[in-house]
Amino acid sequence: MAQSLEERVRAMPRWLRDLVADWSSDQQTFKVNWGKAMMWFFIVSDMFVFGAFLSAYAAARLGATLPWPDPAKVFALHIGESEIPLLLIAIMTVVLISSSGTMAIAVKYGYERNRAKAALFLALTALLGLTFVGMQAFEWTKLIREGFRPWTNPLGAPQFGSSFFMITGFHGLHVTAGVIYLITIASQVLRGAYEKIGYQRVEIAGLYWHFVDLVWVFIFAFFYLF
Amino acid sequence: MHDHHESFWTKYIFSQDHKVIAIQYTITALLVGLFGLVLSWLLRVQLGFPGKFSFLNPGSYYQMLTQHGMIMIVYLLTAILLGGFGNYLIPLMIGARDMAFPFLNMLSYWVYLLSVLVLMAAFLVPGGPTGAGWTLYPPLSALPNAAPGSGWGIKLMLISLVIFIAAATMGGLNYVTTVLQCRTKGMTLMRMPLSVWGIFIASVMALFAFPALFVGGVMLLFDNLLGTSFFIPAVTLFGQQLPREGGNPLLFQHLFWYFGHPEVYIVILPAMGIASELIATHSRKPIFGYKAMVVALAAIAIIGFLVWAHHMFVSGMNPYFGFFFAVSTLIIAIPSAVKVYNWLLTLWRGNIRFNTPMLFGIGWISTFIIGGLTGLPLGNVIADVPLHDTYFVVGHFHLVMGVAALMAIFGGIYHWFPKITGRMFNERLGKLHFLVTFVGAYMIFFPMFLLGILGVPRRYFDFEALQYLPPQTHGLNIVITVAALIVGAAQLLFLGNLIWSAVRGPRAAANPWHATTLEWQTPTTPPPHGNWGAETPTVYRWAYDYSVPGAERDFIPQNVPLTPTVPMGVSAR
Repeated sequence: MAQSLEERVRAMPRWLRDLVADWSSDQQTFKVNWGKAMMWFFIVSDMFVFGAFLSAYAAARLGATLPWPDPAKVFALHIGESEIPLLLIAIMTVVLISSSGTMAIAVKYGYERNRAKAALFLALTALLGLTFVGMQAFEWTKLIREGFRPWTNPLGAPQFGSSFFMITGFHGLHVTAGVIYLITIASQVLRGAYEKIGYQRVEIAGLYWHFVDLVWVFIFAFFYLF
Repeated sequence: MHDHHESFWTKYIFSQDHKVIAIQYTITALLVGLFGLVLSWLLRVQLGFPGKFSFLNPGSYYQMLTQHGMIMIVYLLTAILLGGFGNYLIPLMIGARDMAFPFLNMLSYWVYLLSVLVLMAAFLVPGGPTGAGWTLYPPLSALPNAAPGSGWGIKLMLISLVIFIAAATMGGLNYVTTVLQCRTKGMTLMRMPLSVWGIFIASVMALFAFPALFVGGVMLLFDNLLGTSFFIPAVTLFGQQLPREGGNPLLFQHLFWYFGHPEVYIVILPAMGIASELIATHSRKPIFGYKAMVVALAAIAIIGFLVWAHHMFVSGMNPYFGFFFAVSTLIIAIPSAVKVYNWLLTLWRGNIRFNTPMLFGIGWISTFIIGGLTGLPLGNVIADVPLHDTYFVVGHFHLVMGVAALMAIFGGIYHWFPKITGRMFNERLGKLHFLVTFVGAYMIFFPMFLLGILGVPRRYFDFEALQYLPPQTHGLNIVITVAALIVGAAQLLFLGNLIWSAVRGPRAAANPWHATTLEWQTPTTPPPHGNWGAETPTVYRWAYDYSVPGAERDFIPQNVPLTPTVPMGVSAR
């Protein structure tokens, strides 16, 4: 006598049982609100965009005929007599990663319906993001003064400048868009727009922000450290 | 739900109703497609009667060829299947009132329209549209003065593509979220009609595939606008060494085909879903092997991401890679064959009604088989090397991706026309349209296999200088051109039928085909904004309860509860 469907489901390990229950249910596959589900799908798609950018960069770097400049030298800061490699980038990275922390705190206060603090930490996150973009602008200016252009650079392969400006520029656009997004959400929180519909939108904005931070970690690792 | 007064503008122009957006997408895509059709006429007249007409010179031939390809694949097929059918069918078939994000949905259409306008603007700028081939391979597409339209044309093309990707992403996110999160009570995933499955999986693919085109397009745009050298190796142009070097043109091919091959399935999967609907409904039988159909769709989608380099066998690659991509390509034949067998077994001993939608459904099976089978030699490295860049390839992809997809699109439009407009189309004109299109399409594309085997190269303006070609090839080219002119003109039957019937056609019943799926069970026809009146339907059974033994009628709609007198079909248990 074959097992009934119910018995077979009961015999499954718990995680598999939950998965089957979620996927075979009607109405909603994931028990989250629509906006959150969509943000996740967007993040996966955007991950492919950055994945393609980074793979293209890897291919461009491997195929370049002129020598690839040493990132430790290019991105060094001269302070007094000494040259400290990757100093600015290290600070930028710390700033951006800290902003993920303030974002998480904002989400917590949002769900606790502490409007003032949620808005404060959202604004703080946006401020850290703005700081990041400002430092990036400083870095761009410095490199452009030193003769780096998308089409050429004084230290070797022109693909270095092309990839650098393209990838950090595209990420910087994401951060800038994120700052505007966070300010919008913060003002909504202050206005009390989420008192009735709940504070999921703060968390959704947080998903986007953490994603942008995570992408930076990859850019940092593959562009600056290698 | 939406009982507030709506002005003409919010109801028909800036509407957030998924059905209106679907119609906007469909009409725009059909008009763009008509334009692409006229371009193909120009090309065929040149090939069939070289020297007799002077519509084109070699440069403008390339431009029209490029635009024809891009328009048909991206701006017609992708837009009409996802934006048109996806928008109309998803909410109605899963029992939702609208898409999850109606405003985003509206935005998706307007951004799509913007991309079309930018595309068309390329015809008006100095130098005209790009003639670098629809695949836009660099360095031809990246260097100034290398191909016709290399100034403004290529830039506008790339900008238009980037805008289109934004529109497709907005749409895709919406479709995926709606299918997963907004189904009505009782509508489990495995009770969804196959059309929804096809559109859903294609939307997921679009979200994964378009990023590669986006990145390739942005890099190529930088090569054109900023003078970067992503794709430009050391090049000598007109005897002069260019100052740019170190780029990798093969990289663009990889990015392009990582998008380009899934794109084939983004078009074909929704068409497969629509064809399944046509075939099951009009042969009054449950679709054969529903679960296998769903699994096959998913398998095609997954393997479809692992085959892209079979477009690049002649670009040069490590033989082991060629072997891998040939094997993965041939493996896709298995789920595709599963689907074909299931359609044939659905037809087998069915109570087939040879109306217009069904004829197109059968036309789909036929062209998909012939187009698909001719893909097998092209998937093998050894056979692909001599056949590549001949008319064999042109015949293959036109039949499988162009004609087969269009068969499903035409069939789908006829099938859902009574629901969309509330009126019936003219059956006799519809059959005539099918006959001319179906027979004509074979007359156009079948001789191309012969031309390809004889070695006629594709993308050539004329073949005068090719002494090795037997003179019969010219005769075949005349046949193809005449057939193309007739088939193209026959599409006026289709458009005329639609326009006339939408205004003057006899009123259609709410469910004229006696179909089971939810869109036919709406309280009013055409369905109003919000679709369902006071309450959304509840689903009790799968989508294909046709000819259930013991049931009173030969179909049981999905929203009819299970009782001893209306049992569920055997194949659904």
